[in-house]
Amino acid sequence: MAERWFVGVDIGASVTKAVLLDETGNVRARACRNSGADFLAAAQDCLQRVAAGVDSVPEQLERIVATGYGRGSVQQALSRVTEITCHARGCYESFPQAITIVDIGGQDNKVIAVTAEGDRHNFKMNRKCAAGTGAFLEEIAGRLDTPLAGLSELADRATGHVELGSFCTVFAKTELLRLIAQGTPVPEIAKAAFRSVVKRIVEMDPLAGQVVMTGGVVAHHRIVVDLVSDAIGREVLVPDHAQYTGAYGAALIAREA
Amino acid sequence: MADRKEASIKKIAAIKTMRKLMAGHFYELDRAVKEGYPKIAWCTSVGPAELLRAMGFLVYFPENHGAMLGATRMATETIPAANAIGYSPDICSYLTSDIGAFVQGRTPLSDAYEGIESIPKPDVLVYNTNQCRDVQDWFAWYGHHWSRPVIGVESYRNVGEVTDVHVAGIAGQLKALVPTLESITGEKLDMDRLREAVRLSRECSDLWKAVLETAAAKPAPLTFFDSTIHMAPAVVMRGTQAAIDYYNELLPELNTRVAEGVAAVEGERQRLYWEGMPVWGRLRDLATQFLELGTAVVASTYANSWIFTALDEQEPFESMARAYTELFIVRSDPYKEAYIEEMIDTFSVDGIIFHEAKTCPNNTNCLHGMHLRLHERLGVPSIIIPGDLSDLRCYSDEQARTQIEAFVEQLDGQSRRQAMATPA
Repeated sequence: MAERWFVGVDIGASVTKAVLLDETGNVRARACRNSGADFLAAAQDCLQRVAAGVDSVPEQLERIVATGYGRGSVQQALSRVTEITCHARGCYESFPQAITIVDIGGQDNKVIAVTAEGDRHNFKMNRKCAAGTGAFLEEIAGRLDTPLAGLSELADRATGHVELGSFCTVFAKTELLRLIAQGTPVPEIAKAAFRSVVKRIVEMDPLAGQVVMTGGVVAHHRIVVDLVSDAIGREVLVPDHAQYTGAYGAALIAREA
Repeated sequence: MADRKEASIKKIAAIKTMRKLMAGHFYELDRAVKEGYPKIAWCTSVGPAELLRAMGFLVYFPENHGAMLGATRMATETIPAANAIGYSPDICSYLTSDIGAFVQGRTPLSDAYEGIESIPKPDVLVYNTNQCRDVQDWFAWYGHHWSRPVIGVESYRNVGEVTDVHVAGIAGQLKALVPTLESITGEKLDMDRLREAVRLSRECSDLWKAVLETAAAKPAPLTFFDSTIHMAPAVVMRGTQAAIDYYNELLPELNTRVAEGVAAVEGERQRLYWEGMPVWGRLRDLATQFLELGTAVVASTYANSWIFTALDEQEPFESMARAYTELFIVRSDPYKEAYIEEMIDTFSVDGIIFHEAKTCPNNTNCLHGMHLRLHERLGVPSIIIPGDLSDLRCYSDEQARTQIEAFVEQLDGQSRRQAMATPA
């Protein structure tokens, strides 16, 4: 009898991720790519790649759960579940205890409360504003003429304490111009951008108990974890492959369905 | 998890009558403008409509027009015109969409009713600030534009218990309107006509209350989204026999649904309370989403705001004053919280959606921690959806969709756990 695969596909605003589990719940394949303008194509590509990872083809992937902004695009999905539930499920699998999850995504941030039994009992999302999200960092990297991937490396070189006070991405960019005009070193400005992200996060919620951080921003910019840890005065946990947590949670839900 | 099902909104048969009624209402106003008689009074939603009807005015409600601008999404195009002449995008989007539409020479009435070219020009504009101060500013703009008198009532706010002092204060202001109104109509106020208008208004209110209370049944025969449509006669025709006749048609239809177990939302799993203004431009989208999620929004503060059980024909001015002051929007937070608690109990509510309307802080009750206090006291979960009544620039479809879906997933999870914990 052919082995059964369980797949979670997370079509995020910026990046689409897929995770494939085997029957025992082990991760057997992962794939990601930019979501671009065609969510379905991004999802199909990721599904194809995780299927290839187990010498299979997408048609054999019977149990797929789709999540993320583009979850409605995946017609062959068994069900569609919000990324809030999927992140909660994925994080709890890695850290089976009462946790407060902070997911920093491309377009929005979420704070999700999970009980010691794994029940998601509350959540918050950022407002209709990109401040404090991955999109904000993309904007800042662009303004500093630096590749996004190198932004945290730049920030690591900062030695001072520069802050952006504005609430809003557009105003923050105006502040940035002022800093540039004043001759503030670029690493200081880069770190100020990350501080700004963290300020938006701690404004969303008191972040009680054990904090776990997930999402692409966390996966690629560990400085955000360190800054959140500094802000709350406690250690922050990060699951392996933090960018894939939503897709992983979706795959776990597919397996449990 | 929330699997989506193909779903369509169940039509309420009485809607045909309502459409005819509403057409009649607007054509009557249009005819009055063209013929110069009867006189037209503009009135805020809980302004002294009974008094105006008793004095022979046809009554036009600009907030209803604001809702139409929102529902047709014309507001999105007209608000910027009001912003451009100096009205802030942060104030009431009924006001900005309405004034913007006037500046642009547009109205959704023209699209809905052939031959109507404009909103009806008033002979007098009468406000009650129980909704907000914005209505006064709104009327002031038109009053200035057309050189028409703007008169009204300044309401109390943050009212705990409604006392005789409140009632005397508002009743006094209502009586003070009469000489100006008499000077416009050229006729003295006939107290018998006022008593009759108050009686009709009360009867309409009682029927509307009974309509909304049918949703206490499980499954609910109508939802908040239905009520935002079917409330129209209670809003624009209270104090008339036509409104009463309409609810005498609607109520039996809903009672039949209850008797036959007909659900507005097939497979109703969760029951929610909507606190705050509707998102007029997304009513259908939201109604459909909740339908797909097997979730019925069974009650709301908003639709309940046209229930005036204090109206009493024996004491017309005093009872109008009491009814307008008992309104949820002017009450203190402790009163509001007790009110919502009663609604949660009456309608078996599983969760609350607070709509944080960007341009309507007066009708937004989650800004000062009410959602937290209710959760702490009652354990009822809630979410806050940032948005607006008419300005869709303040509303993110995708974020709202995800929040609502995630909330229902959370409630479904809680229901499953409760079911597992309950011995067979």
